[in-house]
Amino acid sequence: MSVRVGVVTFPGSLDDRDAVRAVRIAGGEAVALWHGDDDLKKVDAVILPGGFSYGDYLRCGAIARFAPVMNSIIEGAKTGMPVLGICNGFQILCESHLLPGALIRNDSLHFMCRDQRLRIENTSSVWTSEFSSGQEIVIPLKNGEGGYVADEHTLDVLEAEGRVVARYLEVNPNGSRHDIAGICNERGNVVGLMPHPEHAVESLTGPTTDGIPFFTSVLKSLVSA
Amino acid sequence: MSIDTVAAAEVSPEQSQPFAELGLKPDEYQQIRDILGRRPTSSELAMYSVMWSEHCSYKSSKVHLRQFGEKAPKTDALLVGIGENAGVVDIGDGWAVTFKVESHNHPSYVEPYQGAATGIGGIVRDIMSMGARPLAVMDPLRFGPADAPDTGRVLPGIVAGIGGYGNCLGLPNIGGEIVFDPSYIGNPLVNALCVGAMKHEDIHLASAKGVGNLVVLYGARTGGDGIGGVSVLASETFSDGGPTKRPSVQVGDPFMEKLLIEATLEVLQAGLVEGIQDLGGAGISCATSELASNGEGGMHVWLDRVLLRDATLSPEEILMSESQERMCAIVHPDRLVEFMERCAKWEVEAVVIGEVNATGRLTVDWHGERIVDVPPRTVAHDGPVYERPYHRPPWMDALQADTPDHLGRPSTAAELKATLLTMVAAPNLASKSWVTSQYDRYVLGNTVLAQPEDAGMIRVDEVTGLGVSLATDCNGRFAKLDPYAGAQLALAEAYRNVAASGARPLAVTNCLNFGSPEDPEVMWQFAEAARGLADGCLQLGTPVTGGNVSFYNQTGDTAILPTPVVGVLGVISDVAKRTSIAWDSPGDHIYLLGDTNNEFGGSEWAHHVHGHLGGLPPKVDLERERALGEVLVTGSQSRLLVAAHDVSDGGVAQVLVEMALRAGTGATVTVPDALEPFVFMFAESAGRAVVVVDPSDTGQLSALCKQAGVPLTNIGVVTSEAELTFADLFTVSLGDLKREHERTLPELFG
Repeated sequence: MSVRVGVVTFPGSLDDRDAVRAVRIAGGEAVALWHGDDDLKKVDAVILPGGFSYGDYLRCGAIARFAPVMNSIIEGAKTGMPVLGICNGFQILCESHLLPGALIRNDSLHFMCRDQRLRIENTSSVWTSEFSSGQEIVIPLKNGEGGYVADEHTLDVLEAEGRVVARYLEVNPNGSRHDIAGICNERGNVVGLMPHPEHAVESLTGPTTDGIPFFTSVLKSLVSA
Repeated sequence: MSIDTVAAAEVSPEQSQPFAELGLKPDEYQQIRDILGRRPTSSELAMYSVMWSEHCSYKSSKVHLRQFGEKAPKTDALLVGIGENAGVVDIGDGWAVTFKVESHNHPSYVEPYQGAATGIGGIVRDIMSMGARPLAVMDPLRFGPADAPDTGRVLPGIVAGIGGYGNCLGLPNIGGEIVFDPSYIGNPLVNALCVGAMKHEDIHLASAKGVGNLVVLYGARTGGDGIGGVSVLASETFSDGGPTKRPSVQVGDPFMEKLLIEATLEVLQAGLVEGIQDLGGAGISCATSELASNGEGGMHVWLDRVLLRDATLSPEEILMSESQERMCAIVHPDRLVEFMERCAKWEVEAVVIGEVNATGRLTVDWHGERIVDVPPRTVAHDGPVYERPYHRPPWMDALQADTPDHLGRPSTAAELKATLLTMVAAPNLASKSWVTSQYDRYVLGNTVLAQPEDAGMIRVDEVTGLGVSLATDCNGRFAKLDPYAGAQLALAEAYRNVAASGARPLAVTNCLNFGSPEDPEVMWQFAEAARGLADGCLQLGTPVTGGNVSFYNQTGDTAILPTPVVGVLGVISDVAKRTSIAWDSPGDHIYLLGDTNNEFGGSEWAHHVHGHLGGLPPKVDLERERALGEVLVTGSQSRLLVAAHDVSDGGVAQVLVEMALRAGTGATVTVPDALEPFVFMFAESAGRAVVVVDPSDTGQLSALCKQAGVPLTNIGVVTSEAELTFADLFTVSLGDLKREHERTLPELFG
């Protein structure tokens, strides 16, 4: 039986179709989840896709965090369910306190869309186990509020515990502290990522296919679990 | 507040009305009185004034636009032609594509961010109203000199507006143009193109069919923004010292538009809609009168049911409001509950505001009182039509006689190298990535090509790989030197760009940006450009499916360069076979297709280096363009071409630089014996492309070109070095080229 990966659609989610496609290409079964429904439909993992949930009004991710579906996701995450938040999804995970820190306006003050080089720093999370440690990849980055910030203590803890999942190389596109592109929680089941692996799953439409291992990682970890 | 009713109008014929302030001429006002047999009520006056404005009625351009239909080439591809919200073409496998470009020039000058943002919103709703899912947007933009202070105000705001709205909407931005010229200093051009796709059976039209069907207004609430935007903003020329017109610019909410897209696609897919219309310019006035006159001919509207953001709005203001993110659907009463449920799912408000009838009248009530009673066709379609006088400007002879032949040309190797480095940094030729990196080109996951490629390409069908390619082009300097030829050169360039990407050109849209139609010299430019485009489309076999005219683009008495922006749509059966501009393997051969002549009239070199505009534009030969297109498309489909790039602004030198920078590897180029190096590098002769093939395929390329009658010249070879060498002249490193090419816009705009 194939692994079921839920993809949540909030009002204003944009990359939900892309996340569904990525799960399918990786060999999983994508299941649509609706923001207003707290039923997770027996999925094994959840992706919070990119976009502008609720128009990013108030603060990125601040309203989405209170959607009924998030109650179930927060509960699941605490008991080990794999959750990947991409871009706006990362912002929602921070707002939900599943991940520490926050994402603020790019230091350039411009929205930035570019093919970004990253180094995978942590291959023990359920979303990155198929990478080799230190592997360099190029996947699209596109955000207006992608600068990762946290207090010094939190940054120290993240570094000490190896919870920086991916780091920007060559260019820090948004002013993120410690060049952080993605982090995970203590358990390694919840990952937030500012760049977009779901846009790098086909050579025809992406700069590379370097995004695929994020999705195959979770499928493998769930099958072997 | 007293309401002006039909009953009151009938008994007060003498009451003076502010028709002039609403943009109507005395004879137009009289025409309304003749139609109604009485004076119009203030609400009726509001409706006629917006619908009869230049922007909505095309009253000055109509007689010229007819050619696009009359001269249309015979084709089976056109499913819906000119006159609907957007044309629809058949791309095979049961798929249809709709695309259109529109202007939002004046609002973007007044309020750059919101003007540009709502331009995107408006064109996206046009595409949705045909029943299509929007797939991508493009933005052809024109600004004053890059270093002018006002450009520093307008450009960042417009780019941020396009990005802020488009990115939040979730549509990839796949291309467009950014051109600088002094003529646009007080009048930037912000054109927006959207393309969408649907299955044939899902095509919808703006018509109110079925007596008893309900008229549902859904989306954002109606507010006081954009009132009179159409008549006040789009149809008058800016003059110094006048009051600021900021209140007439609409404010966009891309989040609401995104919800509107999803709700609309759901109700269309579920078959809940009989007819549909977007609300753009002229708001409810436009939607109700167009729906009614295209359907059963009659409609009754309860205007007080419209959901308002501002409860103090008068009925006239509600009729004229251009609040964004609203749509109007015609729904059978049996389907209303489901329609409302779908809207509620997406948190989109909806309300029944009217009913279709067969009375032949559009009637509007306000709290039980009749405030409008008109034949809808007279509002929507029977506006005034002007045969504006026009004549060839007397200065044309002197302009064309002032050829660029006397301008000082670089001749030594050092001068040529210096000119190349100057040209690649010219604002019109420099890298536009400072702009395009602010747009999301990846969302939806179907973008196959985007800037800086020749054309934007989108995969329509993920299973078969069927896709479309789009390019927009116009060199306004060419159009100034010869509007007829200039329009055809714009068409030829867009056609060439689409073919170079590997897609077969299929159909055309346009956005005709000109000065005041009341100036006979501007009107001549317009008439010539329209004639040139219609003749060109006939010759190339690509019908015009729709478009937009924007007049009054001038500051004081000075009109902009005539700017007939042409968009060409092409189809490709498998997007995996697309051709990029990036060459690939060292050793591959580089060929120039087409003939290069000593043509510098209107060229970027004359403009940038000498500030000169005069002479004649390059000669246009559309049969040659068609033949070149055949080579490019066939070469792509057979995977013969490794890379291809159309030659236009900046000439062959610019093309080689762009191909090298895109690939990250250089080439050694040889100037053909018959050509002066300067002419080879910088001439802008039409009908040319640079292509790259594997050395073992050169015979096949020669045979293909010979069969098509396209001359080809071997001009060099791809190398593994990070430098571009012009044999016997000079070598320049890709690092130097990249630095010069990429520094201009960031230095100017941060």
